[in-house]
Amino acid sequence: MGLSKKNKEALTAPLFKDNPVTVQVLGICSALAVTNKLEPAIVMGLSVTIIVAMANVIISLIRNTIPNRIRIIVQLVVVAALVTLVSEVLKAYAYDVSVQLSVYIGLIITNCILMGRLEAFAMQNKPWPSFLDGIGNGLGYAMILVIVAFFREFFGTGALLGYQIIPQSVYDAGYMNNGLMLMTPAAFILIACIVWYQRAKDESLQEK
Amino acid sequence: MEHFISLLVRSVFVDNMVFAFFLGMCSFLAVSKSVKTAVGLGIAVIFVQVITLPVNYLLQTKVLAADALATGVDLTFLAFILFIAVIAGIVQLVEMIVERFAPALYNQLGIFLPLIAVNCAIMGGSLFMQQRIGLAADNTQAITSVWDSVAYAIGSGFGWMVAIVLFAAIREKIEYSNIPKPLRGLGIAFITVGLMAMAFMCFSGIKM
Repeated sequence: MGLSKKNKEALTAPLFKDNPVTVQVLGICSALAVTNKLEPAIVMGLSVTIIVAMANVIISLIRNTIPNRIRIIVQLVVVAALVTLVSEVLKAYAYDVSVQLSVYIGLIITNCILMGRLEAFAMQNKPWPSFLDGIGNGLGYAMILVIVAFFREFFGTGALLGYQIIPQSVYDAGYMNNGLMLMTPAAFILIACIVWYQRAKDESLQEK
Repeated sequence: MEHFISLLVRSVFVDNMVFAFFLGMCSFLAVSKSVKTAVGLGIAVIFVQVITLPVNYLLQTKVLAADALATGVDLTFLAFILFIAVIAGIVQLVEMIVERFAPALYNQLGIFLPLIAVNCAIMGGSLFMQQRIGLAADNTQAITSVWDSVAYAIGSGFGWMVAIVLFAAIREKIEYSNIPKPLRGLGIAFITVGLMAMAFMCFSGIKM
């Protein structure tokens, strides 16, 4: 790929080493809420990726003209406009998913990943690296969502993307779905396990 | 009156912002290291919630809803942008008023107020309120008047505060425990919230 080292870093670091959810601790709210099924998690991950990338580009383009005092409001308006667009598109083409995601699509506006990346990256960098940073962080977020959703849907309902994976014969032998997986506590504990795994692998991430 | 109280109690315990909907997690994890700051942020959230929710309620019912402004005009798609603008504006306004008339309070809340503009619990409150307007009047979750929206604002803000103060207290104790290295900090925080969410799940059977 024709990417310079710095640009490549902006794209790939957020996937593991600098993951927005497990390392930067951004965007937890929605990361947990939409993950009881795989499908909404994927849609949510993609929506956030698109919105972060586009918001990063727009803010990066106008970064020199935004007065410092009102920059938060400018950022919020840009993000809110993009979220409105995505929400309308979802309502038109994927109505069922948009009903499942309910308020959490609107809450992308206050998703800390957006404000965090806009403040930390797009305000200081040119549009192209900002775009890559947005894609990277969006995908890093989507990855965590998909992992959590995979375990929750698989153990909670025995299905993936709505298709039954665990055959009936296993249920007949006494296996039962774990209903707790579909409830809120399971999401917290699964994320804790991902954090645990990641920090055990990479000791530089450990606290104190 | 009965509906007012029922709405209030339900939004504190059953529909708790943190444990049932994962909202406001980012500041929840960042600020919950000491009980004192947790109380400060909690009060600030209640304060902003009680002002913004009724304003957004009026905005939704009198301006945005279909046929509210003029017959045939449906501005609901503008809800995201207007809600976040109202929230950001009111946070700014509250900050200035508190700074001018209650400097002591400002010194305590000051640093938290800007954070609240991007707290998902506030935006989430407004979005849930928007969903609940359409519910039948005998539904315990229905919000049919400004007073209902005030009840929901107090309840959801207070529920958030209860959650963060409890969590901060547990976290102060955890400081002294011997936790496996990779779990320190974020990991154990998630597990704690998960266990607390399980405890709060027992409220979900309450019928009011």
